[in-house]
Amino acid sequence: MQAVNAARHLRAVDNLLPTQSNFLSQMITVQDLTRKYAHTTAVDHISFSVAKGQIVGFLGPNGAGKTTTMRMLTCFLPPTSGTAAVAGFDVLEQSLEVRKHIGYLPETPPLYPEMETAEYLRFVGRLKGLKGVELDKRVDYVCGRCAVADVKKKLLGKLSKGYRQRVGLAQAILHNPDVLILDEPTAGLDPKQINETRDLIKDLAGEHTIILSTHILPEVEQTCEHVIIINKGRVVATDSVANLQGRARDRETVVLEVAGRGAPLDPARVQQRLQRVAGVAQVRIKNQRNASAVFEAESRRGEMVRGDLARAVIESGWDLNELRPEAMSLEEIFLQLTGSDSAAAAAGKQPSEEAASAPQAAKESGAAAKEPQR
Amino acid sequence: MRNIWIICRKELKSYFSSPIAYLLLTMFALIFGFFFWNAVGFFVVEGAEMQMTGQMGTMNINDQIIRPLLDNASVLGLFFIPMITMRLFAEEKRTGTIELLATSPVRDIEIILGKWFAALALYACLLLCSALNFAFLFRYGNPDWKPLAIGYLGLLLQAGGLLALGTFISTLTRNQIIAGAATFGLCLMLWVFAWVSGYDSATWATVLAYLSVVTHFNFFGEGVIHSKDAVFYLTVIFLGLFFTARSMESLRWRS
Ligand SMILES: Nc1ncnc2c1ncn2[C@@H]1O[C@H](COP(=O)(O)OP(=O)(O)OP(=O)(O)O)[C@@H](O)[C@H]1O
Ligand SMILES: [Mg+2]
Repeated sequence: MQAVNAARHLRAVDNLLPTQSNFLSQMITVQDLTRKYAHTTAVDHISFSVAKGQIVGFLGPNGAGKTTTMRMLTCFLPPTSGTAAVAGFDVLEQSLEVRKHIGYLPETPPLYPEMETAEYLRFVGRLKGLKGVELDKRVDYVCGRCAVADVKKKLLGKLSKGYRQRVGLAQAILHNPDVLILDEPTAGLDPKQINETRDLIKDLAGEHTIILSTHILPEVEQTCEHVIIINKGRVVATDSVANLQGRARDRETVVLEVAGRGAPLDPARVQQRLQRVAGVAQVRIKNQRNASAVFEAESRRGEMVRGDLARAVIESGWDLNELRPEAMSLEEIFLQLTGSDSAAAAAGKQPSEEAASAPQAAKESGAAAKEPQR
Repeated sequence: MRNIWIICRKELKSYFSSPIAYLLLTMFALIFGFFFWNAVGFFVVEGAEMQMTGQMGTMNINDQIIRPLLDNASVLGLFFIPMITMRLFAEEKRTGTIELLATSPVRDIEIILGKWFAALALYACLLLCSALNFAFLFRYGNPDWKPLAIGYLGLLLQAGGLLALGTFISTLTRNQIIAGAATFGLCLMLWVFAWVSGYDSATWATVLAYLSVVTHFNFFGEGVIHSKDAVFYLTVIFLGLFFTARSMESLRWRS
């Protein structure tokens, strides 16, 4: 116990006094950042850091404080207390330098309705310090990348929501900034464009450091390496995505559609049978038709029951029409991280401190926790 | 410097790509044109009367046409200035584009100056409409151009001050109508303050009259630059822009 404490203590000291190399590799460092509005504390002493080249997902329900945090990182809002540094520059003291290094897509794309797309991008480019041939080249490039080439001559005020979002994204990456801060970049896009945007974001990683906010869990799983979960202005967990998935999956909810073979089905009997499968905590009947019914089975902690459920259904002579794991909703993860299982929360928080600063270690532990079938 | 120009150009473009600039130009040209033909008509009739009655008065285009018209233009400007400045910041705040400007590597003061110069340029375009009328006088008469030029300098300085105040008011709200109405109220106040000197000469009246932007225009209209008038206008410009800068700063803190 003492040894553990000592180790923790060491880690804490390490965090407080970043070594030179550590400091340089961190593109974004946030310490005790707090922002109060008149009546609410939107962001409450949050601390995290993001290494160069990482994509970090900023996850939280509505009103969690994602936008507020991003606004502080982009020097739009000054923090009430605490410090934040982007690319090694303080957001308060060296705001102009910070702004040179960031590309920012606000929640509502900042478009001038009376401008044409190309004209707008050129304006933003000039504002960010591009000129001449370089400006033309970049505008053409981002038009291609964000698929807005076909609306170059259209008035921004007449674009559809998705296209506005794309132009907003084009605007953010225009000057090839070191750090990209994207507030819900895929909001309002069609599925194809969502995929393309995710690919774009993944492509940009490596050279660029990216923070993107979202409240869509799969989005984080697909795009990000790390995730920072905040709720009510506090960091609930910082972790690698692999770890988070592992944690989310240590208990599963499975949806099954079972049909009677030629004969009508008695849902109550199926329910009883499923209930007897080892590791199943409870089974609910979600809806029932003549010949089939849909059930929702929840497993106990640490139990994987999909295979056993399928076998039980087949062996009892019914047909299994569908079996799928119910994606764990954000709220459930929150409950898991913050709620009754305080042990889980504590366990989650411990590795979190080092997750961002020591991505390698986090990845390894994450891989271990990762479920094989995924 | 470059940034100021970038912002200024963008503002001018949005003035001229919406109906607002053309509307203001048309209205100003019509109203001022009306004033002009009235003044000229009056001048001609008066001249004819003088000849008929054999009076030996001297007729002077500068004193009898240009000066009153410049005074009119200075008051007319008070009505147009709110319509020029009301959108400057209120619109950006409403649509959220302020977030782009405030997170771009440009200084607040560059944004403010860019917008103010654009507003001044639009006002100069309005004045150009009035200058066309005066050009007519040069074609048919022989007025002195120097007082006219000084009068225009005065108009620009006066507008510069009021535009700076209007820009400031525009940073206070995200509602253009409110910004416009408040600016209009302020312009009217600064105009009518001059009236108190008509019946009272107490200290407060002198102070109020001093604050009136219109009293400071009188000498400019006559073609005389008094340094105290110029200093007054420059101070108003400076204060207006200074308040705008402070307001933008606190905008970040409050928003
Ligand atoms: N200008 C403001 N004045 C007062 N309170 C504000 C202001 N902006 C945000 N808040 C409050 O701060 C909290 C965090 O808001 P924020 O916009 O950062 O949430 P968010 O995580 O971005 O949510 P969403 O997912 O809905 O975008 C909310 O409780 C909100 O009501
Ligand atoms: Mg938000």
